[in-house]
Amino acid sequence: MTTVTRTPRLSRSSRRLVQRIGLLLGLLAGATFAAAPVLWMLSSSFKPNTLIFEFPPRLITEGFSFEAYGAIFGDPEKIRFFINSYVVSGAVTIATLFVAILAAYAFSRYDFPFKKPLNVIIVTVQAVPPITLLVPYFGLVVTLGLFNTYPGLILTYMVFTLPYAIIMMTGYFNTIPRELDEAVRMDGAGSWTALWRILVPISVPGIVSVGVYTFMIAWNEYLFALTLTKTTDMRTVPIGIQLLMGQHSYEWNEMMAMSILGSIPVLVLFLFFQRFFIGGLTAGAVKS
Amino acid sequence: MSTTLPRRRSRVSLSRRVEPYAYVAPTSALLIVLMLVPIVMVIGYSFLDNVILNKNPEVVGFDNYVEVLTDGVFHTAIANTFIFVTASVVAHLVIGLAFAMMLNSTLLGPRIISLFRGLFILPWLFTAAIVAVLWRMLLNPNGVANYLLAAVGITTGDTEWLADPALALGSVTFINIWSGYPFFMISLLAGLQGIPADLNEAARVDGAGPLQRFWNVTVPQLKPIIISMALLDFIWTSQQFALIWMTTGGGPIIATEVLSTYTYKLAFAKYEFALASTSAVLVLLLSMVLAIFYVRHQRARD
Repeated sequence: MTTVTRTPRLSRSSRRLVQRIGLLLGLLAGATFAAAPVLWMLSSSFKPNTLIFEFPPRLITEGFSFEAYGAIFGDPEKIRFFINSYVVSGAVTIATLFVAILAAYAFSRYDFPFKKPLNVIIVTVQAVPPITLLVPYFGLVVTLGLFNTYPGLILTYMVFTLPYAIIMMTGYFNTIPRELDEAVRMDGAGSWTALWRILVPISVPGIVSVGVYTFMIAWNEYLFALTLTKTTDMRTVPIGIQLLMGQHSYEWNEMMAMSILGSIPVLVLFLFFQRFFIGGLTAGAVKS
Repeated sequence: MSTTLPRRRSRVSLSRRVEPYAYVAPTSALLIVLMLVPIVMVIGYSFLDNVILNKNPEVVGFDNYVEVLTDGVFHTAIANTFIFVTASVVAHLVIGLAFAMMLNSTLLGPRIISLFRGLFILPWLFTAAIVAVLWRMLLNPNGVANYLLAAVGITTGDTEWLADPALALGSVTFINIWSGYPFFMISLLAGLQGIPADLNEAARVDGAGPLQRFWNVTVPQLKPIIISMALLDFIWTSQQFALIWMTTGGGPIIATEVLSTYTYKLAFAKYEFALASTSAVLVLLLSMVLAIFYVRHQRARD
């Protein structure tokens, strides 16, 4: 009797063990695919440039040091790439949030004749390829005297950050009961007060997630940073990395160090706001 | 996107009617100046002879379109874009789904799973420029990829992954696959977590094996997400520029030329701004067709 009941139980637990091991192996294979290149980037950023292609390759070579990072921090020209990226991305984030909050308020709390068409335009605009706008932007930015300036980049980036920001913000405002801001208005306050005193403070989680996303788009932008700026002192990090490839030889260790430094803002934002971030990201794809 | 709430009062005050326009004014101004005007400009440019360089360009009708559409390089760019995008989207879906299903398993503890989730998302956190230089280093003929492949006997160890015309397109596609699958994975994972557990349980009770449950429960439940993501990915990947520009620049010769690099080169390498505009308009048309599919699909879901 006992043997009869024990045998299937044993085999079931051992089958579960096999499944677990199989899953773990699958996860490890996936992790290798995903993370090994990143690990190699990290280790290469600490190597001397002469040993980047050492044979056979080693994760830790002789002369393993912060030399490449020192070379970046010791060069004002390279520090400038980071300053430019922070200034542009920061400004884009603040300006996008401000404009998007206003528009989202109108979309969420008012009915007006142009609401539908404007909404359709905002959704459609997201599909316009950046490359389509390249030539006219180049012409416009030069004509407006904004070529090779911060405002030129900031305005350009907003066209790509704004539609998504408005859609996400409107969605967030829609989840907040109308009664909350209507109550203030009944007391005689204007809509401006209702928006900034009531709605915005409640919506901080939504605003943070939109802000993080906006910052990341601006931080990562490449095409317009490449074409709408010219002098080295106006270049952003993605272009700065490319410039390291142009000079005499390839400074691989410095490129990797700059890649790590250039990814830190995104990694930090992701780490802290992961929950908001994944929520916001999937909001469009997963029907709630 | 926005819900239209029933109007409460039949008479709405004037300020209340004007207010929404004030709130959408900055957005409208930006979209007109930086979206509507440029699109009109680019379409206009495409019917002129060399704009920007030429101060008094002439109207040339459809000449530019004839020139671009009969250009062999443009045909190659279309074919390459199609291969690059299709392979990327399919691989993103397969890898994203496989990883999402592993992360959705209850066989291991939540701590281990969230650790792996963090690792799996990693490639997505690096911008295209960084992904490009990283893989240029890894795929360098003297690089670690060749060393490892030779060590297990797959290649001879001196493959020119990005410089060999026969391999370059495959290599940049692989790089794009690596950098893009996490976006699928995250959405599919959210989708998997939304599948009611009793659905799977019911199938199990009915005697369905893991494979049958996958095809008859998981896939149908995820289908709307899969279609949305695939269309979005199709739109985005067809616009990819930085990754290709920084790995191969469209080369060797035109082996990895895609629509975006082709357009860029017309403008900033050949200074043919009118032809670049023409190509840009064609890219826009393509994207709009894809966008219409996407919007239709979203509507059908709502």
